[in-house]
Amino acid sequence: MPSSPAPCITASALSLTFATNDGPVHALKDVNLDISKGEFVSFIGPSGCGKTTFLRVIADLERATGGTIVVNGMTPHQAREKRAYGYVFQAPALLPWRTIEKNVALPLEIMGVGAAERTERIARTLALVNLKGFEKKYPWQLSGGMQQRASIARALSFDADLLLMDEPFGALDEIVRDHLNEQLLQLWARTQKTICFVTHSIPEAVYLSTRIVVMSPRPGRVIDVIESDLPRERPLDIRETPEFLRIAHRVREGLRAGHSYDD
Amino acid sequence: MNAILSKWRAGKGTFLLLSGVVACIAAAFATGGADEPGFAGLVGAVFAGLAGGIVGTAASSRRHWPVPAFSLLFDFLLALVLLWLVRSALPGSVGPLPGLPFWFFTVAAWLFAWSVVNRMSVFAAQGWLKSALGLAIPALFGLTVLFLWEAVTRGFGIPFVLLPPPSAIGARFAASIPLLWADFNQTVLKAVLFGFVVGSGAGFLVALLADRYAFLANGLLPIGNLVSALPIIGIAPVMVIWFGFDWQSKAAVVIVMTFFPMLVNALAGLSASGAMERDLMRTYASNHWQALFKLRLPAALPFVFNALKINSTLALIGAIVAEFFGTPIVGMGFRISTEVGRMNLDMVWAEIALAAIVGSLFYGAIALLERAATFWHPSYR
Repeated sequence: MPSSPAPCITASALSLTFATNDGPVHALKDVNLDISKGEFVSFIGPSGCGKTTFLRVIADLERATGGTIVVNGMTPHQAREKRAYGYVFQAPALLPWRTIEKNVALPLEIMGVGAAERTERIARTLALVNLKGFEKKYPWQLSGGMQQRASIARALSFDADLLLMDEPFGALDEIVRDHLNEQLLQLWARTQKTICFVTHSIPEAVYLSTRIVVMSPRPGRVIDVIESDLPRERPLDIRETPEFLRIAHRVREGLRAGHSYDD
Repeated sequence: MNAILSKWRAGKGTFLLLSGVVACIAAAFATGGADEPGFAGLVGAVFAGLAGGIVGTAASSRRHWPVPAFSLLFDFLLALVLLWLVRSALPGSVGPLPGLPFWFFTVAAWLFAWSVVNRMSVFAAQGWLKSALGLAIPALFGLTVLFLWEAVTRGFGIPFVLLPPPSAIGARFAASIPLLWADFNQTVLKAVLFGFVVGSGAGFLVALLADRYAFLANGLLPIGNLVSALPIIGIAPVMVIWFGFDWQSKAAVVIVMTFFPMLVNALAGLSASGAMERDLMRTYASNHWQALFKLRLPAALPFVFNALKINSTLALIGAIVAEFFGTPIVGMGFRISTEVGRMNLDMVWAEIALAAIVGSLFYGAIALLERAATFWHPSYR
């Protein structure tokens, strides 16, 4: 467990404004946030609150228009060039002409990892997400949950210590989602990675995170940051305990306070 | 009889019953027309065949292998025999036109073949039987069409110049193999293949460049639309003046015709990959060529094959039509234009048949390649 929290991501006065035909849209406004190494941080809020945009700014898929952000001591652009993070999208985004193992190999091929090491890493990461035995299958031969697990394996394969996940389980049914949440926690415990996790599910955010960032839309901003005092070891039925419900309640209060009812 | 009536109500045995009725009428006529050659045997064969067919249909109502499969095979062969028997009852080109019984037999055989095709296409088969059916259905269908064509052209004595019977076209085809080969060699192996490969290849490479450098796409596409709107009969004479009478000028026409379909399709294909997949490549800090070869080109393959299929037919049309505007005395287009002038319509049709066969094989080969290369596409998997 990280006793001396080294900073992984530092955002100060971060803003992002999209120019659209209907005038400027403030996707992010004055966001200040520090994320330490080894943390599991969830971003929660209604759609349009900028949680995905914030993740994309970390990943250098969007450029901030104001403020500063530091990722692993670098600009997001440098961090991306150094392959500092793995990104898991809302959909698996697996390439249908590649088998599961070839999909996991894709980032390794691009980064120039040798064939022998590729084989070893594919085996290791597929084992990590419990997909052993499906190496030769094509993505469209697997269920949605398995596809998303394969995409997580792909994000893990090149061993970046930051994992950015953008509503990865949003399209899955609740039973599969519970199962994957449990597995994700085990994976986090084993790999000691820093995870930024975007979700719109309160139980998911509370169950997974060490810290929950509550955001609100128009303009996208942080309205509450909740430290979770739940133990790191979390069986699924922790969701019935009073501590869990207390944190969930606070998240809900934050979401309610931030929601503008005038529209 | 009850079984047949229930089939009639179900609409399944309609053709069979109809062909039986028509054959009965034909037989009634035929008793008076025994002087026509081969008719007695024909009557016997038709009745034996129809009896077998009806038994087979009754058995196939249970839809269990192997009985219906064998009855279907029997009926298939029977349909072939019937078509052949009725066809061989046709008089020669100088004899008198056939009488009413012949037409009844023709209709009966046609209806029977129709019923067999109908039953084959609803037959639930698996494995090799399925692929065999996939060949047998169009084969019998095509043979029936040829049979009707033959029966109508010869049975009604249609003038040779208007429409020769398929047997005459086939005979001319078989007798002119060396000539057809020379034409095929000149038009297809030289002009079409060269033009197709160079035109499609250049279109593809320019698409890669236009994808990399926006000014090319912006400048080239409007000109491309203009050129692809040019009529082939306009550019063909110009190409003959530029590149001479031989196959090179035809290849040039083919290149002009195939270049832009490939350019436009490949460009569309290169932007076919999803935004999420492209973001994914960005998170790996991949360069332009890595993203191109690992993501965007594979995603563009369905579009590229679409262009290749369009181009396969365009190339053949272009090369044949271009030969109408000056050519050495060989080539499919040259042959068609010359033999039309000499009223040798069977030779014209033989060339048309050759063009159809070549075009289908060309298209089919590309379709097979496409299946192998884009097996992952939702339309195939």
